[in-house]
Amino acid sequence: MLRTNLILLWIAVMCALSVVSANHRARKLVTEYEREQTRMRELDVEWGQLQLEQSTWANHARIEKIAREKLGMRVPTPAQIVSLEAPR
Amino acid sequence: MKFARSPILVQRLSPGRSRFVVLILLASFVVLAGRSFHLQVLETDFLQKKGEDRYERVLEISATRGRILDRYGDVLAISTPVKAIWAIPEDARLSPAQSRQLAKLLEMNVREINRKLASEKDFVFLKRQIPPDVADKIAALGLPGIHDQREYRRYYPSGDATAHVLGFTGVDDTGQEGVELAMNDLLNGKPGSRRVIKDRRGEIVEDVESIHAPQEGRDVTLALDAKIQYLAYSQLRKAVFEHKAKAGGVVVLDVKTGEILALANMPTYNPNNRGRLVGAQLRNRAFTDTFEPGSTFKPFTAALALEKGRFHFNTPIDTSPGRLTIGSATIHDAHKHEVLTLAEVVQKSSNVGVAKVALTFAPKEMWQMFDDLGFGVPLKLGFPGEVGGRLRPAQTWRPIEQATMSYGHGISVTLMQLAHAYLTFARDGDLIPVSLTRVDVPPVTGTRVYSAPTAHEVRTMLEMAVQPGGTAPRAQVPGYRVAGKTGTARKLDGGRYTEKYVASFIGFAPASDPRLIVAVMVDEPSGKQYYGGEVAAPAFAEIMSGALRALGVPQDMPLRPLIVAEAVKEGV
Repeated sequence: MLRTNLILLWIAVMCALSVVSANHRARKLVTEYEREQTRMRELDVEWGQLQLEQSTWANHARIEKIAREKLGMRVPTPAQIVSLEAPR
Repeated sequence: MKFARSPILVQRLSPGRSRFVVLILLASFVVLAGRSFHLQVLETDFLQKKGEDRYERVLEISATRGRILDRYGDVLAISTPVKAIWAIPEDARLSPAQSRQLAKLLEMNVREINRKLASEKDFVFLKRQIPPDVADKIAALGLPGIHDQREYRRYYPSGDATAHVLGFTGVDDTGQEGVELAMNDLLNGKPGSRRVIKDRRGEIVEDVESIHAPQEGRDVTLALDAKIQYLAYSQLRKAVFEHKAKAGGVVVLDVKTGEILALANMPTYNPNNRGRLVGAQLRNRAFTDTFEPGSTFKPFTAALALEKGRFHFNTPIDTSPGRLTIGSATIHDAHKHEVLTLAEVVQKSSNVGVAKVALTFAPKEMWQMFDDLGFGVPLKLGFPGEVGGRLRPAQTWRPIEQATMSYGHGISVTLMQLAHAYLTFARDGDLIPVSLTRVDVPPVTGTRVYSAPTAHEVRTMLEMAVQPGGTAPRAQVPGYRVAGKTGTARKLDGGRYTEKYVASFIGFAPASDPRLIVAVMVDEPSGKQYYGGEVAAPAFAEIMSGALRALGVPQDMPLRPLIVAEAVKEGV
């Protein structure tokens, strides 16, 4: 009788301890998850800024200005354009 | 010694004393029970909350406003986080050196900052929408009573070129104009909040519940083609400056899908820096301003004549002596012609010819056609301030009005409506709705307004108008067959026609299988030239040739030197 009780007590204590450690692990994982979430949001913001930067550099007005003034490019005359038709 | 034999038990106590003790004990239990009832039942909510406040936090989850993209996914508008610097004036006791530092970082005047901090209010914004790195520097100063707050700022990389289509948002990131307003519900994100448990280091250790799930703003993909948009805008600007015009508008439509590939207006503004804006700059003229379209209306009259079978392509019409009197009013042609065929009436833009044709219709027939083409009612694209123009009911038309309407006077339309109606000629007589957003599955058929043979014949007439002998040889595009029509209309002012004009040109190409419609309108050109064929047609040709090249549309005409002939003056 006493032995059974002791075994049950031991089991109960072990269960209680594992609950504690599981809880602790869960909390650690949540913290880690939250940190990654924050990082994701930061990266999202950075991505937005990079998109903005890209479209600012790729602005058509800017490209035209550089092509014309810096690189001395111009629109080809129709006679200079050869159009090819892809075989169907 | 056994407990039962304890001498204390042997002693007899008076019953009163023991009852007294029992009563005291009972009373204490009652008090305890009462107290626990009070705590557990009556005050439980309050206490629970106090306890939770010690470790639970409600976090705001911000949601970003959706982006606006062009048809290829290039960014036209995007929100990015910035900071607002605010202060509690009572707490903000800054030394002069600190104020100077703050003023320098905020790029503000020291005096202005001191004035704001001297305010009686509990809360003042020092400056809003500053870059996050500047805000970090300010936070690093550790000034008392100065705080920052996250907010969003919207950027428009293409600036003034797309200003009217996109519109802009206010400081609180909600749409105020253009697409930003029209599609605000879609773009707008809804911030959410959630409850979490934090440990003593401030790290989240448990997610308790989500109070409101945040809803990110959705991206909107417009039909706009950023390249064609820039081309259209820069050519329009050139035309407006060159001809010293008051304003202008341009619309480019895809014939196959009805998509708006470009839409620009002058004057415009830079949406990233809206310091001094005046109303004229804000107007999205293509949607909100109506004008009398003038001769660009003649093809509709010709199409109706063909459709009713009363006229054929070559039916002769006597337009001499260049004027026609109806009642008390007289219609003039700018240039006298003799007998013209119906096609030549459109080509040379004869008012008298087209008025004679129009007088053979019942008013109801003409009204019905205008209504089918969508005139008189807004296009319902959801644009703020969109108007439908003026189309009076047929019962009230007098013959002179019917005659003037045939060449686009006494009726008013928006540039977008006009471009939309020209879809019927480009699409073999059928009309599909225009779309501001990208169309992935193009509509196969729309509403039929004209029969296909009619549309083909009008197309030929419109091609003639662009060739030598027509009103707009300058609208030719090398390598492509172009069809189009000029318009030069006097402006109404206080019920009288003035010496001010609206010059326009609407056309499509390649005429063998139309892909694009370009409509150009220039308001009050005050240089030497004011005819649509001289003011609007060259801009049309530039935009059309650039756009066709950008889309890789195969040429449908062998290259030959352009014959730039003197334009025939159209009737005004």
